[in-house]
Amino acid sequence: MADKKPVRTSSTKLGTKPEWDKLRLPETDQGTVVFNTDPLILKNHYEIDYLHSYAEDSPFFVGLSQGKLLGSECTKCHYRYATPRAYCMECGKKTRWIELPLEGKVHTWTTCYFGSEAFLKETPFNLVLVEFAGVNTLFLARLIGAKQEEMRVSMKVRAQFRRNSKFDPTDVYFVPSEPVTPREGAA
Amino acid sequence: MRPVYMISGGITKFSKANPRQSFRLMVKESFDYALRDVPKLRREMIDGSVVSYFSDHFTRQLMAGIMATDFLGLCPRPNKRIEGGGATGGLCFQAAWEAVASGRMDVCVAYGFETMSHVNTWKGNEFIALASDTNFDYPVGGFYSGYYAMMVVRHMYEFGTTVEQLAMVSVKNHKNALHNVWAQKHLDLTIEDVRNSPMVAYPLTMLDICTMSDGAACCILASEKVAEKVCPHPVKITGIGTGTDAMRMSDRPHGEVLLLKHEDPSWYKNLKYPGVHSFRAGRNAARLAYEHAGIQNPIEDLDFIELHDAYTSSEIQTYEDLGLCRYGEGGKFIETGASALDGKLPVNPSGGLIACGHPVGATGLMQAVFAFWQLQGSIAKHNNGDGKIQVKPKKKSRPMRGLIHSHAGTGTYVTVSIMERTSK
Repeated sequence: MADKKPVRTSSTKLGTKPEWDKLRLPETDQGTVVFNTDPLILKNHYEIDYLHSYAEDSPFFVGLSQGKLLGSECTKCHYRYATPRAYCMECGKKTRWIELPLEGKVHTWTTCYFGSEAFLKETPFNLVLVEFAGVNTLFLARLIGAKQEEMRVSMKVRAQFRRNSKFDPTDVYFVPSEPVTPREGAA
Repeated sequence: MRPVYMISGGITKFSKANPRQSFRLMVKESFDYALRDVPKLRREMIDGSVVSYFSDHFTRQLMAGIMATDFLGLCPRPNKRIEGGGATGGLCFQAAWEAVASGRMDVCVAYGFETMSHVNTWKGNEFIALASDTNFDYPVGGFYSGYYAMMVVRHMYEFGTTVEQLAMVSVKNHKNALHNVWAQKHLDLTIEDVRNSPMVAYPLTMLDICTMSDGAACCILASEKVAEKVCPHPVKITGIGTGTDAMRMSDRPHGEVLLLKHEDPSWYKNLKYPGVHSFRAGRNAARLAYEHAGIQNPIEDLDFIELHDAYTSSEIQTYEDLGLCRYGEGGKFIETGASALDGKLPVNPSGGLIACGHPVGATGLMQAVFAFWQLQGSIAKHNNGDGKIQVKPKKKSRPMRGLIHSHAGTGTYVTVSIMERTSK
């Protein structure tokens, strides 16, 4: 642009900065945690809050807050699910909500001595898959009230509910509904 | 569909942490290894590629696949990401097979990676557990070792499997890996060592469970025309099978066994199947792959197997799914030494995931690379001259044959692929 006049820069007097040197990002005291420089390894934080919807499974979680354990039954083939699902895996038809019995049996179990970071502080804890009479599938839950060496398949268990609901599946947990004794051969 | 051959493979040495290489550089290292092994293949002959990695959480980089692809200089040729949990690598291998079998490509490269060292072990376990139902399973105590522990507790209840039999798998696979320079762990163990290591989830101890790894692997698949031209000892892929099952273990049916050709329904009259003790997806993958490859009885018709032993228990469960023994006899199968290096059918001569490591997206491809070298008879060449784990062909009446098995979740996606030595 031939007609453009030269930009008048600020005074070049000693001790004053040119315009280009006045453009600076504001500095903060937010540093970076560095673990290593060869190769350069640093801490990188990440977190997020979701607006998580239980959608078609919502009644199950609301049910837990009312002391009810809801499963599903296929309206066509009558397959019964202990963990709810809106449509039948066997025939594809819609299911209806059913109330499960609160008494069941341990189908299988484990005691976790380590875990994901989120649950590490809760170790050791027992996980059980619970079977209910007349229901085709199982339900995953925690079990309290028995030590590892007292856990066994077929143990009779009963559902308990949190008083202050978290609206997650831990609102229900199971406890032994028969006396616990050391398992045969348990170390 | 056209016949498909594997013409080369490469892996990086898996390690607990490899902070000096990004996933791209690891993929490049495995790709360059594969290219060096088949010098007659020119880069311009590559029609496209498929890439596999499991977790966006570990990578913290969406579309990491294209970054590996551009790093290799394979743009603008076709590429896509394949993902299916622990079976990611096996699914990627089969996707490359599909690309060549369909005639879409003459040469397709499959590469995969995982960088699991970028978070601590317990955070890593959390990421892996996010591959379980996050409404119903994860919040209860999401931990895959816990899920597998529950499966084997039921296996022990149904069939009398023992913790010592589980430990034997760890001992065997670690011993094999003593002769595999690529393995992450080189441990000479006893059953007592395995049982005395820290309990993770009863009855599984630390030495019953694979560790997390950084690493990459690469397989080059080609049509017959190209394979004949560039590769002196191509390996033919003769069987492809895949199976699936419900994400939640609790949803597994308790019905009838999916039978293989050599099995008799009277064997399983009182068995509720798959329940949580068996993997219906693995059985279905085996059934389809055997049908495709014309396998009548796997114990006779196979020379070795590389299978997904993320847990010692899952190796025992998988013996049964693959029909190496009847359902319920997996424990006895290891005890009799049938799956040892010098046994009737060596399983995991490489050392498996337990010793070699499990950088998820690379794992299924690593198995293919080891199987490829076995079938070429080139183990020693790729293993610093040590040929101890080289398996010899069992029969002269048929080509030497290997099986690779890749497995996700609590048995949600499973792939079985059969590979054969070519007569040349």
